[in-house]
Amino acid sequence: MPVLLATDVLVWLLVLSVAAFAWYSRRRAHLAAPWARVFRSRTAVASAVVLACYILVGLLDSLHYRPALAARDAGAPVAYSVEARSLLDLGLAPLRERFEKTYSAPLATRLYQREQVELPDGRTARDFPRLRHGGAHLGAEADWGEDVALRALAGLVAAFALWSVVLLCARRTLVRRWPNVPWGAAAAALGAILALAGPVAMLAGGFHVLGTNQVGQDVLYQALKSIRTSLVIGTVTTLVLLPLGIVAGIAAGYFRGWVDDVIQYLYTTLNSIPGVLLIAAFVLMLQVFLDNHGDWFPTTAQRADMRLLGLCAILGLTSWTGLARLLRGEALKLSELEYIQAAHAFGVSHARILARHILPNVAHIVIISLVLDFSALVLAEAVLSYVGVGVDPSTTSFGTMINAARLEMAREPMVWWSLAAAFVFMFALVLAANLFADAVRDGFDPRVRV
Amino acid sequence: MLELQGLQTVLDTPEGALRAVDGVDLDIDRGECFALVGESGCGKSMTALSILRLLPDVARIAQGRVRLGDIDLLALPEAAMRSVRGKRVAMIFQEPATALNPVLTVGRQVAEVLERHTDLRGASVKRRVLELLAAVGIPDPERRYGEYAFQLSGGLRQRAMIAAALAVDPEVLVADEPTTALDVTIQAQILELLQKLQAERGMALLLITHDLGIVARMAGRVAVMYAGEIVEVAPREEFFRAPQHPYSQKLFAALPSASQRAGELAQIPGQVPPLTSAFPGCRFAERCDLAYERCRSEVPALRDLGAGRLVRCHLRETERAAPREARAAGRAAAALAAAPVLLEATDLKVHFPIRRGILRRTVGVVKAVDGVSLAVREGRTLALVGESGSGKTTVGKAVLQLIRPTAGSVRYRGEELTGLSRPALKRHRAQMQIVFQDPYASLNPRMRVADILAEGMRSLGVGSDEADRTRRLDALLDQVGLPAQAKGRYPHEFSGGQRQRIAIARALAVEPRLIVCDEPTSALDVSVQAQILNLLKSLQERLGLAYLFITHNIAVVEYLAHEVVVMTGGRIVERGTVDEVLRAPQHAYTRALLEAVPKID
Amino acid sequence: MLGYILRRTLYAIPILVGINLLTFALFFLVNTPDDMARMQLGMKRVTPEAIAKWKAERGYDRPLLWNAPAAGMKKFTDTIFFDKSVKLFALDFGRAEDNRDIFNEIRTRMGPSLALAVPVFLVGLMVNITFALGVAFFRATYLDFWGVILCVAMMSISSLFFIIGGQYLISKLWHLVPISGYVGGVDAAKFLVLPVLIGVIGAFGSSTRFYRTLFLEEMGKDYVRTARAKGLAESVVMFRHVLKNALIPILTGVVVVIPTLFLGSLITESFFGIPGLGSYTIDAIQAQDFAVVRSMVFIGSVLYIVGLLLTDISYTLVDPRVRLA
Repeated sequence: MPVLLATDVLVWLLVLSVAAFAWYSRRRAHLAAPWARVFRSRTAVASAVVLACYILVGLLDSLHYRPALAARDAGAPVAYSVEARSLLDLGLAPLRERFEKTYSAPLATRLYQREQVELPDGRTARDFPRLRHGGAHLGAEADWGEDVALRALAGLVAAFALWSVVLLCARRTLVRRWPNVPWGAAAAALGAILALAGPVAMLAGGFHVLGTNQVGQDVLYQALKSIRTSLVIGTVTTLVLLPLGIVAGIAAGYFRGWVDDVIQYLYTTLNSIPGVLLIAAFVLMLQVFLDNHGDWFPTTAQRADMRLLGLCAILGLTSWTGLARLLRGEALKLSELEYIQAAHAFGVSHARILARHILPNVAHIVIISLVLDFSALVLAEAVLSYVGVGVDPSTTSFGTMINAARLEMAREPMVWWSLAAAFVFMFALVLAANLFADAVRDGFDPRVRV
Repeated sequence: MLELQGLQTVLDTPEGALRAVDGVDLDIDRGECFALVGESGCGKSMTALSILRLLPDVARIAQGRVRLGDIDLLALPEAAMRSVRGKRVAMIFQEPATALNPVLTVGRQVAEVLERHTDLRGASVKRRVLELLAAVGIPDPERRYGEYAFQLSGGLRQRAMIAAALAVDPEVLVADEPTTALDVTIQAQILELLQKLQAERGMALLLITHDLGIVARMAGRVAVMYAGEIVEVAPREEFFRAPQHPYSQKLFAALPSASQRAGELAQIPGQVPPLTSAFPGCRFAERCDLAYERCRSEVPALRDLGAGRLVRCHLRETERAAPREARAAGRAAAALAAAPVLLEATDLKVHFPIRRGILRRTVGVVKAVDGVSLAVREGRTLALVGESGSGKTTVGKAVLQLIRPTAGSVRYRGEELTGLSRPALKRHRAQMQIVFQDPYASLNPRMRVADILAEGMRSLGVGSDEADRTRRLDALLDQVGLPAQAKGRYPHEFSGGQRQRIAIARALAVEPRLIVCDEPTSALDVSVQAQILNLLKSLQERLGLAYLFITHNIAVVEYLAHEVVVMTGGRIVERGTVDEVLRAPQHAYTRALLEAVPKID
Repeated sequence: MLGYILRRTLYAIPILVGINLLTFALFFLVNTPDDMARMQLGMKRVTPEAIAKWKAERGYDRPLLWNAPAAGMKKFTDTIFFDKSVKLFALDFGRAEDNRDIFNEIRTRMGPSLALAVPVFLVGLMVNITFALGVAFFRATYLDFWGVILCVAMMSISSLFFIIGGQYLISKLWHLVPISGYVGGVDAAKFLVLPVLIGVIGAFGSSTRFYRTLFLEEMGKDYVRTARAKGLAESVVMFRHVLKNALIPILTGVVVVIPTLFLGSLITESFFGIPGLGSYTIDAIQAQDFAVVRSMVFIGSVLYIVGLLLTDISYTLVDPRVRLA
């Protein structure tokens, strides 16, 4: 049975609107030309490929359903689990279901902690026990090296095969359609990703590639699940931020006078409160609110999702001021321009002037600040989760992963893999987003200082 | 003294290498004023910057030599070049407002040249700076020494720039459009100053300008640039008597003046070809009336005609061009029949409050417009002449109620417009339209031409339906001389002149009786200006439009206007028919203004 | 000038009132004191008596805005709004959950916060400006290219990683400085070296890149060309002309954060166990001590507004166009 989480709806809404916007821009030179400039940059193309992979994982993780429980008898109506799963969970079922007891190192075959184990001769001793799943297929542990090497090699070969097929298909279609895009960079980025993903996928069949955490969960699975949280925070927030920022900024700059005074007052006030504190205050209140209305949410996933959505709304509410300030300045400048004066001379209504003249001419600023905000929001999530005002503790996110890993660093012997996994996944995402944002800024307007 | 040989400067653009300067040969003698003339984009500024090696990052000098005395400036290492800049060759720029550092005092900026190139230090530097400031005619140099650029007027800023440039007696001064950003009266003062300093110091002056009037006043010799090349070099008298290159001839013919009132101005069709392309023949061939086959297939050389005359034209191999026809000074007074008054402004005032203090109380007003009365007659042109800051643009906007006047009345056909609400004004909007100065800021870059033109029609309900409007659109484009395909395109695909045509078509779309033209040609080159002026004139004749023509350009007034009012400091100081005001000015300001205009004949 | 400052100060009053109303609404209207009590006392099976007692201890048992039964001024003063929000203006912050006086706590914790924040601010500013100037000087070369890449890469790393990585490398692996903790006096230095270093590194990427943009923007201006036309050396052009102009937006941009240095750094302080206001705030958030959070929101806003005021003043000091206009 499909489940619609609130954030799922918004994510797919966003996907739809981005697609609609792309379709709309296609035939409009002033919208399409900057994008063409963006995709002439090699870094932009490469980082777009990386981002696309992340988005793919995120979107797969945004189609939820409740699996049917095995019917006790044939006639009974189908019962559904209270747990909502996503398509990604379905694909990663082996990773999700193979729990260990506690920590285990990447690709390990034994636990990271000594336990009483029963020796073949019946005596017990303290030793590192074999893992339940990691390397369980190995007959003898001595085969480990060979098995890992074989799997990695097989993964590489499969990755190369897939890469070649994609490249062949792309040459027929994409390259012909857009010959100016540096496809070499895209191919290189894709190749690099596949070369990593292939062996990892092969190894994941038999091992915990990135180890397991304290409760024995696969860290790779956690890292993949965190992607959706990051993407949701980075994009859904803009749904709140955009209307507020655009309306307030443009209205203040265009109408001036008391409208400007009121809006400036509002955003100075909001801006005055230190960001983290304001967010913390909001989130604490949200937390109290959710705790007191626990009965509204049938599943824990829905409750956690509501908290995630609330966090997005709060981040949006507290961060529209920057965009509003930028747009106000631009609208002030634009409203003096002669084509606006010409529109006044035609008696064109304010609404029409805003829609036809001001909004299209600030669109580039909106787009630039959107892509720049994305990485800032992803980074903010980690900090907020550390402070304790981030996502619900039951939601997997980079923030919660880091938060948990903090204590593991102090542990002897140290557990480093959770932190390393979070670092690598997050760094790749934010770096790609930052590089892409740079290209977007250059493509749309190199003079905008955001 | 200064000699350029085969200078080629290339700009690296996404469209390929753009040869902004393409094989320029020049030589400038000691103590000479050499004028380099051309329209925008011809490469004259790039030539100047190449001499000093001050090109922007995207540009590079591909080949050629720049000899100063017996050293090649292009071969010098950067450090040695630095001791040439400012010391032997100095430069002043077009925009004194931005060319001075905003956070350093004027004195400091002059002093640093002395400190760089002389052994003067401390108090003696200051003494010398004060002398220099006095020498360039800056009153009260002691006070100005410690002031910042923003505290100086445009003219004083340019004087300060000159003081810094001439601080260590350079042998050559390169002046890149030194007066273009200035008012005509200030321009006259600066030109006079340059002339005086040049004579005193015997330095060579390379004057870069687009204004033939300035050339006539200043230059000893003239070179005309077109599309990156020099097309003609001549001593001044010869050049003005009988320009030899067809392009030079066209430039003269395109200048508006009283003598051409009756007819059309010559216009140069087409545009400067893109400098990224290769040229098999003469670069001007496509726009030249006299071009023949050879012009398109063979590149003309810069031919020496003797007596210091050089010209790049195949036609001049065999014959010389005839002298320019002297312009008839007088002309028949235009009959100013008493056409009915269309729009009348009486005692119009626009005041902007100055707010100060803790509660932002109004402590005073800037009287941008202070009691202006004028009347525009049906089918006639009233020119509103004034310098920057005179309030002329504010009058134009106040007449249209784009700025609400503080006091006074504006009547259109006897109906009062001031105090009407936005919806009530809408009834009159179709009657009065406006064309702005800057063709780049006056068209929304995000709208197609068809939408730009239809906006007014939709808003004011002109045309019965969309089909009717589309029909009108085609007619409009035809009327202003644009192809029908222009409809689907965006403004950035058009040149400045074409954009101004679109702006005129936009105003015409709602069938107005009056158009306020706010300096519609001052951002355009002479040849394009001629096109727009011709268009405005023919539209007036065909449609009986009235123009309120706001301008600072006296020549345009002579060509186009029937009546003139002269404004300064928010007030009108003189009014009358164009002949009365321009031939026999009564007010001292008008006389000063007319005298300051550099004249060709 | 004085009138200007006075006017800006007056302008701060409605903003402070707005902040006050906003925090009041957030803390007392979105969730009632009853909700908070239930939350604090553990959700299930809370007796009404326990809630009443909890509220009485904290003075939340009064009406929110208007005490109808009370007499005279008490109608207004004997309310939650007056006691918890209006009194903030008198720096009367009340008591924390552990019954300590918040104002006292803030006063003692300010020192360690400043000891960390001021060096981070000063060193960071110097390092970033120097580096940005260098990168801008070598614009359009490989140095510039890789400098920008470095900045973007460092921007892409969460500050948490810098802290954890720094602690691991320098304290745990190399044993150069203690991993965390704090003592007063001169000995504080050895506890502060690492957090200062990490604070500087954490902000390096974005600031340097921003300053580089500012420098490049200035270098494209006409007056730079004029300066070059005078024959000035490139270094003179950079330092006398470009730097002086670019410092105006940089300095006025950082002035606003100077007062907020008092607040300390949330994350760094809590990781390194520095008993400053940052860790105080974090602890309060994690313990859901609303009185402390409310107080910190108020103080933070006041400091920010002071920062805005200082920005206005600094503009008039550094920029002759503002000073003399």
